[in-house]
Amino acid sequence: MKRIYVEEKWCLACRLCEYNCAFANSGKDDMVKALKGAKIHPRIRVEQAGGISFAVSCRHCRDPLCQRACISGALSLKDGQVHIDENKCVGCYTCIMVCPYGAIMPSEKGAVQKCDLCMQNHNGEPACVAGCPNRAIVYEEREDEPCAM
Amino acid sequence: MRYVIVGSSHAAVGCVEAIRERDPQGEIVLFSKEGHRPYSRPLISYYLQGKTDRERMLLRGGDFFERMNVRAHLGCAVAAIDAAGHYVLDETGEKTPYDKLLIATGSVPFVPPMEGLEKVQNKQGFLTLDDALELEGRLNPQSRVLIIGAGLIGMKCAEGIAHRVQQVDVVEMAPRVLPAVLDTEAAALVQARMEKENIRFHLGTSAERFDAAEALLKNGEKIPFDLLVLAVGVRPNTALLEQAGAAVQRGVQVDEGMRTTLKDVYAAGDVALSHDSTDDDKEKVLAILPNAYLQGRVAGLNMAGGQDRLPEVFPMNAGGFFDLHMISAGSTRGEEIRVEQETGLKKLYVRDDKLVGFLMLGDVERAGIYTALIRDKTPLHSIDFALIAKAPQLMAFSGQERARKLGGKAI
Ligand SMILES: Cc1cc2nc3c(=O)[nH]c(=O)nc-3n(C[C@H](O)[C@H](O)[C@H](O)COP(=O)(O)OP(=O)(O)OC[C@H]3O[C@@H](n4cnc5c(N)ncnc54)[C@H](O)[C@@H]3O)c2cc1C
Repeated sequence: MKRIYVEEKWCLACRLCEYNCAFANSGKDDMVKALKGAKIHPRIRVEQAGGISFAVSCRHCRDPLCQRACISGALSLKDGQVHIDENKCVGCYTCIMVCPYGAIMPSEKGAVQKCDLCMQNHNGEPACVAGCPNRAIVYEEREDEPCAM
Repeated sequence: MRYVIVGSSHAAVGCVEAIRERDPQGEIVLFSKEGHRPYSRPLISYYLQGKTDRERMLLRGGDFFERMNVRAHLGCAVAAIDAAGHYVLDETGEKTPYDKLLIATGSVPFVPPMEGLEKVQNKQGFLTLDDALELEGRLNPQSRVLIIGAGLIGMKCAEGIAHRVQQVDVVEMAPRVLPAVLDTEAAALVQARMEKENIRFHLGTSAERFDAAEALLKNGEKIPFDLLVLAVGVRPNTALLEQAGAAVQRGVQVDEGMRTTLKDVYAAGDVALSHDSTDDDKEKVLAILPNAYLQGRVAGLNMAGGQDRLPEVFPMNAGGFFDLHMISAGSTRGEEIRVEQETGLKKLYVRDDKLVGFLMLGDVERAGIYTALIRDKTPLHSIDFALIAKAPQLMAFSGQERARKLGGKAI
C-alpha cells in the first residue's frame, strides 16, 4: 500500500506541508481566504530543532493501535488505511494515548483529526506531498510497513 | 470449524474480526445476555450527556453480524459450559457444540453489603446500555442523584447526568476522586472541575446506612436523594469458567495466546487476568477497553489456527471530565519527574533507565509517544530524555530510529 514517507535530510522546515494540509482540509477553494490570519490546524506537523526538521503524519500502521483501542468505533481500517469518522468520535483521546507517532491530534470540533491521505477531501492525493518543494515527503509503496507495536 | 463466542462487547468484536481475517468460512455462533447489537460500553455516559446517540454508539454499525456472517443470539445468556463435551448450554436449555470457545463475559458490578440498601427503590448500577436507559427513564430536572463510588464509572456517570438533574452527590471512601488513576494533586484538579458543574463530593467516607430516600454517611452527613447509583466497583464475570473447572484467581488465568486451562476454551477482556509489564509482570485484572479488544483479537487469531501472542500490556486511561482532559499510563512506582506546564499537570515516572508511567492533565497532545516508551521499554539513555520530557516528540530519538519510524527504512 502507498504511504507517506519523509526524508529528513531534504526537509527545509518551510512548513508548506502544514499549510497545504490545512488548506486541503478546509473545504474552501481559496487558500488566502482559508488560511490568512487564521490559526491553522494541519494533520501533518513539522518538528524542528537545530538543523534538523521533518514532518510527521499518520503512518497508517499495519497493526494500528489507535483503531484497536478506539472506544467508540470511530476509527476504522479500510484497505489498509486508518480512517476517522468525526461523527462517531466523542473526543476521549484514547487514540492520542496509544499512537506511538503522536500523529493524531485534537481538532477544533472536539473530535480528533488525523491524516487520511487526502482521500476524503477534493485533493485525491496527499496535498503535503504534491506541494513539497524538495521531495522531502513522498507517497509511495515501500517494503517496510510501519507498525504500531 | 465452529467457533462459539459468549459475549458481544469489545473483546467479542475483536475476536470476530480476527477470526474473519483468517477464516472467512468457519461458522461463528455468538451469545449475549444483553439484547443489543455490539455497542460501545464507555459511551453510555456520553449518551446521557447528549454527545452520541443509539445509532452512533454501535461499535461497527448495525449490520456487523451480517457482514461478518455471525449467527448471533442476542438476549440469550449462556448458563453453563461443558468442557469435556465441548458444548455450551444456553438459558433456553439448548446445547451448542463448539470446536473453539471464547468466553468474553466482561465485568459484573460488585456491591458490598450496605445496611438498609433493600429499602431503596430507585437504585441501579451503571455498566450497560440498559443501565443508562433505565437511569434516563428515571431522572428528571428535579432529581437528586446519589452516586456511591468516585472511580471511573461513578465519575463518568456524574458527568453524564450533571446537566440533566438538579443535584449530583458522589460519595467515595478514598480521600480523593479517581483513586486508582490519579494522585492527590491531579485528583484535586479534576474534582474542582467537576464541582463547577453542579456535582458535590463527599470523600474519605462511606454510607453507614440507607433509608428509602436518604443516606447517612459515616462522617455524620445526611444526603437526601431520589435516585441511587451504585458504582463501587466491578469484578471479572468468571462464573461460567469457574463452574466449568478453569483456573480462576479473581480473573481467569490465560496464557499469552489467551488460552484458559481448559482445552479449546479461550478468554479475553475484563474477565481475564493480564500481566502488568510496568509492575514486574504481576497478574492483574486490567479492566480497560484497549486490553479487551486486543485480547479478543489475539484469541480470535489463535482460535483460527494462529500462534499469536498478546503484546505488552499495562494500565492506561484516557478521558476527561467536561473540557479537562487526562491521560495516564503505567505505574507511579519510580522517580517522579514533574514537568512544569503552562496549563495542567505532567508527571513522568522513571525506574531503571526506563519510563514506567506518566500522568498528563490538560495538555495531553502526543501522549502516545510516552506510552510507546513504556511499551517498548526504551532505555532512556538512548534518547534525548530532557527534550522528550518537555514535550513528547520524535526529535528526541536518534536519526536512525526516526528513519525507521518515518522513512520506512529497516535498521
Ligand atoms: C461507564 C463506563 C465507562 C468506561 N470507560 C472506559 C474508558 O474510558 N476507557 C477504557 O479503557 N475502559 C472504559 N471502561 C471499561 C470498558 O468498558 C471495559 O474494559 C470493556 O467493556 C470490556 O469489554 P469486554 O468485552 O471484556 O466485556 P463487557 O464490555 O463487560 O461485556 C461483556 C459481554 O458479555 C455478555 N455476557 C455476560 N455474561 C453472559 C452470559 N452468561 N451469557 C451470554 N453473554 C454474557 C454481556 O452481555 C456483554 O456483551 C468503561 C466502562 C464503563 C462501564
